[in-house]
Amino acid sequence: MSDLIKQVEEAFQKDMPEQKEKYPEFGAGDTVNVHVKIREGDKERIQQYQGTVIQRRNKGGNGETFTVRKISNGVGVERVFPIISPNLAKIEVIRKGKVRRARLFYLRGRMGKAAKVREKY
Amino acid sequence: MPVGFIGKKIGMTSVYDANGHKVACTVIQAGPCVVTQVKTPETDGYNAIQLGFGERKEKNTPSALKGHFKRANTEPKRTVVEFRNMAELAKKSLELGEELNFQDLFDEGEFVDIVGTSKGKGFQGVVKRHGFGGVGQATHGQHNRQRAPGSIGASSFPSRVFKGMRMAGRMGNDRVKIKNLRVLKVMPEANLLVVSGSVPGAKNSFVLIQK
Repeated sequence: MSDLIKQVEEAFQKDMPEQKEKYPEFGAGDTVNVHVKIREGDKERIQQYQGTVIQRRNKGGNGETFTVRKISNGVGVERVFPIISPNLAKIEVIRKGKVRRARLFYLRGRMGKAAKVREKY
Repeated sequence: MPVGFIGKKIGMTSVYDANGHKVACTVIQAGPCVVTQVKTPETDGYNAIQLGFGERKEKNTPSALKGHFKRANTEPKRTVVEFRNMAELAKKSLELGEELNFQDLFDEGEFVDIVGTSKGKGFQGVVKRHGFGGVGQATHGQHNRQRAPGSIGASSFPSRVFKGMRMAGRMGNDRVKIKNLRVLKVMPEANLLVVSGSVPGAKNSFVLIQK
């Protein structure tokens, strides 16, 4: 990518109210609790979304995202969050998972205990 | 009458605005442009300013143009474009050889029009070129007819095809103007301009920024 584009992206991220380096390290297999800012009219509140990280994409770039999967009322839900999004308030790592690959798409076909990721000690 | 500036398309990215929405945007390297000619009613019959932009090697410049740039006391430029009413935009009278920066002319948050040359697509059929629907069926007698234009007119009357009938042909490589793109950011130190949305043309192609 062009250096000039990188310059622009950095300039915009600098304008952001919060620096995004504060997030803890996490990767595929980790269980995280994502605090998402939700705007309703003038009011702003925080919504929490907890689940397993099944992938991180475009690492290091402006378009870096991570996907969090959880089972909600028996239905699999996946949300994709851009890591530089100003709508993220906080990311908490609840549990470190022990996995052998970077993208855990195999979890999609599994339910219940089979969909569990072993914890890293 | 459009007044504007010359720039080079660098590429696209996406940024977040103040409301937390993701916005696709285009990065343009705009200027610095040099006034290469000042046209006046006495000499040319009308008022205009000619701006030059982009680097050009001395050896690749025709002699006639070398003289033209020498008169403006500047290096040879890749492209020159004429704008009317430029002095009104700059809010001062412009001199030959004067260097203009876009941050003097454009502000963040205002709307600009961008003119560029769209990417050439070559010889294209009617489905891509004009958005025809195609046949939409693969069976019921459609042998190699799926993307055909269909009928292009009636029979013995009028016995001809009307002018302007949309058909296959060369697509792209046209002058295209995109109106009302918001200037998201002005970065004077690197001569960069960030506008919302997309801009016609390939990377490194010249664009005009008008308002």
